[in-house]
Amino acid sequence: MAWDRNQMAERAGRELRDGMYVNLGIGIPTLVSNYIPEGVDVTLQSENGMLGMGPFPTEDEIDADLINAGKQTITELHRTSYFSSADSFAMIRGGKIAMAILGAMEVAENGDLANWMIPGKLVKGMGGAMDLVAGVGRVIVIMDHTNKKGESKLLKKCTLPLTGAGVVDEIITNLGVFKVVEGGLKVIEIADGVEMDEIRQLTEAQLFR
Amino acid sequence: MKKVYNSAAEALKGVLFDGMKIAAGGFGLCGIPENLIEGIRDAGTKNLTVASNNAGVDDFGLGVLLQTKQVKKMISSYVGENAEFMRQYLSGELELEFNPQGTLAERMRAGGAGIPGFYTKTGVGTVIAEGKEHKDFNGETYILEEGIVADLAIVKAWKGDRAGNLVYRKTARNFNPNVATCGKICIAEVEEILPTGSLDPDMIHTPGIFVHRIFEGGHEKRIEQRTVREG
Repeated sequence: MAWDRNQMAERAGRELRDGMYVNLGIGIPTLVSNYIPEGVDVTLQSENGMLGMGPFPTEDEIDADLINAGKQTITELHRTSYFSSADSFAMIRGGKIAMAILGAMEVAENGDLANWMIPGKLVKGMGGAMDLVAGVGRVIVIMDHTNKKGESKLLKKCTLPLTGAGVVDEIITNLGVFKVVEGGLKVIEIADGVEMDEIRQLTEAQLFR
Repeated sequence: MKKVYNSAAEALKGVLFDGMKIAAGGFGLCGIPENLIEGIRDAGTKNLTVASNNAGVDDFGLGVLLQTKQVKKMISSYVGENAEFMRQYLSGELELEFNPQGTLAERMRAGGAGIPGFYTKTGVGTVIAEGKEHKDFNGETYILEEGIVADLAIVKAWKGDRAGNLVYRKTARNFNPNVATCGKICIAEVEEILPTGSLDPDMIHTPGIFVHRIFEGGHEKRIEQRTVREG
């Protein structure tokens, strides 16, 4: 038994602190907004120019002028503000956003992150990911521990083009929580029903307990 | 000075030429200058370099100009929603310069503000940094990125007035204010042109000095990802 998508998102939610401005990436990171702990007030930033992102709209609330960075329809809150893309990335680069939670294809034991392209195969682009990982206070990656072939996504060295060098602080996978420390990854939590041996077998990166 | 025109075709008259550089506002399909893109398609201008965060979808937004092969090069941060783009890029028909999203926005802001370059941490240690000047400030490494000045900026706003002042709506603002500043000529399409004096001067997002031509157009406002919750 490992964590499912929702359990990973719930675990990431426990990293949130009251008063934080946070940017959530596309995919599992978006689910984190469902798991903001009681009494913790966070403001979600969407890099297309919005602070204070609300839930998805009901059918009759849909507004084509109101989308998130994943191009999904969204709603606003009382606290919401809108701004230009340049102002949005001024917040991000300027260190005003406390945390970014995003997905990844590979993470290396030195905190290198690859999540934007597979040469010759997948050409989509980095969007705002390079700016986010270079600018925000803490970078947390949520991803499956292994790829579709069952190979470790926590590597000694990334094989894909980097999104950022030495930028990741913490990794939450279906098997546990890992902190990037000097020389490798420190296991700080193991998912329910998962054994340390299993994690060792499925991890290429240097692990510490 | 007359800034108000009746249509995209009329507003584009005399400003288009083959090989020109165009900056376009919008994020995904949100806040894109739909009418101007179609106007450029109809004008048939070729070998365009287009700086825009995204490239539309196959049959809407900038995807329209890819289908007609009017675009030589795109400068974008994300092009994942467009199969024709991918096909032309992988077959070598289309040049692509990936820019991180914030770097692209700042290149436009800087270009429009008369700043030829700036240093940023974004992309250090990645392929984006290759061939660019590196410089350390306070013990951290930054790379030099250049401002973008386009021959033409095309933007979409919610409301405008006859002086060219613009107001955007919600996240349809996105790149539009930055794009507006970086064009030698800027054309704005708006949902409604109001008499000058109708917009609150304290609430103007793009001052009219940046906008040379303005017209009213109808907007389809296509939605890319219609995501709802139960009511």
